[in-house]
Amino acid sequence: MCGIVGLFAKTGEIEDRLGAYLGAMLVQMSSRGPDSAGVAVYRDPVPAGSSKLVVYSADPAEDWGALAVALGNRFAACEHPMRRASHAVLVVEGDVDDVSGWIHDERPDLRVMSASRVIEIYKEVGLPTAFAERFRLEELAGSHALGHTRMATESRVTTEGSHPFSTGLDLCLVHNGSLSNHNRLRQSLRREGIEFRTENDTEVAAGYLAWRLREGASLQEALEGCLADLDGFYTFLCGTADGFAVLRDPIACKPAVMAETDDWVAMASEWRAIAVLPGSAEARLWEPEPGVVYAWERQAVA
Amino acid sequence: MSVAAAVETVDLAVTPLRELNQRLHDLASEPGPRHWRVVNPNGAHAIACGLDADVEVEIDGHAGYYCAGMNKRATVTVHGNVSTGVAENLMSGRVIVEGSASQSSGATGRGGLLVVHGDASARCGISMKGIDIVVRGNVGHLSAFMAQTGRLLVCGDAGEALGDSIYEARLYVAGIVKGLGADCVEKEVREEHLAEVRQLLAAAEITDVEPASFRRYGSARRLYTFEIDNADAY
Repeated sequence: MCGIVGLFAKTGEIEDRLGAYLGAMLVQMSSRGPDSAGVAVYRDPVPAGSSKLVVYSADPAEDWGALAVALGNRFAACEHPMRRASHAVLVVEGDVDDVSGWIHDERPDLRVMSASRVIEIYKEVGLPTAFAERFRLEELAGSHALGHTRMATESRVTTEGSHPFSTGLDLCLVHNGSLSNHNRLRQSLRREGIEFRTENDTEVAAGYLAWRLREGASLQEALEGCLADLDGFYTFLCGTADGFAVLRDPIACKPAVMAETDDWVAMASEWRAIAVLPGSAEARLWEPEPGVVYAWERQAVA
Repeated sequence: MSVAAAVETVDLAVTPLRELNQRLHDLASEPGPRHWRVVNPNGAHAIACGLDADVEVEIDGHAGYYCAGMNKRATVTVHGNVSTGVAENLMSGRVIVEGSASQSSGATGRGGLLVVHGDASARCGISMKGIDIVVRGNVGHLSAFMAQTGRLLVCGDAGEALGDSIYEARLYVAGIVKGLGADCVEKEVREEHLAEVRQLLAAAEITDVEPASFRRYGSARRLYTFEIDNADAY
C-alpha cells in the first residue's frame, strides 16, 4: 500500500496554508499507510553560503540550543534552532557538506533528514493524524510540498525508514510500491560513492536519482532511467527546489491521480486526498499514464 | 406509495458509509425508497456495493475504489469519476459512470452492464465472466486480460496487450489497438457481430458512434484447450 500526496501552490493563499492542506491530504491517506508519515516542505530559502539542516534526535530532551552553539563555534554562525517535535531546523553559515559532515562526526547519534537551502524533511513513525499535530504542519507555509504515509514492506518501521528520502541538493523522493533489485543496485551505487543509511528500497531509488543527476542527467532523464534500471512496482513523486515530478512504472499497479486548478496542482494515490483541497470539485482531473514523466516547475517571476 | 416516489438523499459528509450501504442492503428484504441520491462521496471506497434490489442510486461526485461492486439488479449512476475496480464482480443491473474510471473496471464481472462515458484505464474487464462493458473513450493496457466471457466494446483506443490470454469474451474496438496480448487475434466482423455492436451501443445509449467502425478481437484458442462441444458452458 502506502499513500503519496503532493501539492504545488500557484497562489499566495495556497502558499500560506500549504502545510495545513498537505496535512489534510496526508490524513486522508491514513488507511493506506498507518506505520509512519513524513513530509518534505519547500520554504524559506536561506541565502547563498548558508545551509538549512533538519536534524532528528531520538532523545526527547535533546539540547538543540547547545548544538547550535557548538555549530556557531565551528562555523561562521548558527541561528537559533527551530524545534519541531523530534526534529529541529538549523540554519548555519557554512558549506552544506561541511556542516553535515561535522554533525555526522561529532554527533553520530543524530540523523540529518535534509540538508540544503530550501527543503525541510520531517518524518516519524505513527499515524498521520498524530504526525500532523505533533509537527504542527498547519504552521508551515511554502511553495510546494510532498508527503507519504507508509505501510512497511521492504524494511522495518523506523523513523529512518520513513519517507521522504533526501537525495541531496533539495531533491527528495516518496514512493508507493516495492523494488526487487534494490540490494544489487545499492551495491553498485556504493561503488559510485553514494551513501546509504538503511536497508530500505526507496533510499536506493533516491540514491540512484542522486547518482544520475551527479553524472549530469536532467531530472527528466534521471527519472526515465528508472524505467530501465529499477525492477519492481512504483509510483514516484520526486520533489525539487522548483517543483515536483511524477513517474509510474510501465505496469502501473500502483495508483496515482492528478488534479489542477488555477490555484494549485496536486498529486495523490487517491482522489479522496485531493477532495479536501479548496475548489477540488471543479479541478481538471486525470490519471498519469504509465512510464511517462509529469513535471511541474515554478515559473521565474518576469 | 408516496415513499417510493421520493428521492432519498444521503450526505456522506454526515452519514457513515456503512450506514448508507446497510440501508441499501436492507432493500433486498424490506420495502423502502427506490431512488437514492448520494452526495459528497469525496472518493470514499465501496459506495453502493452488494445491492440486491431494483433501485436506482445516483452518486453526485467522484467515487473511490470498488464502487457498485458485486451488485445485482440495481442501477448505479456516478455523476463523476471512479477509482479502481468499479462494478467489480457485477452480477446484474447497470453501472453508469459519466466521467472516467481508473484501473480494473468491471473486473471479474459475471453479468449486467457497465458503461464508462470517459476513459477507463489499465486492466478494464480483467477476468470478465459475462459482464458487458461499454467504454465511450479509451482503455489502458492489459484490458480484457484472461477475459472468459461477456463483451467489451471500446469506442476509442485500446492500450498494449489487449485481450492477453483471453478465453471466450468478445472484444470490439473502434479506434487504434496499440497491441494485442498473447493468443488474442483480430477476427472477421459478420452480421451477427454488427448486430451485437448495435445492441451494446443502444444499451449504453450511445448514438453518435458508427457501428460499422468497430473491429472484432478474440481468442485464437491456442493457449487453452477449447472443446467446441462445451462452448455453452462459458
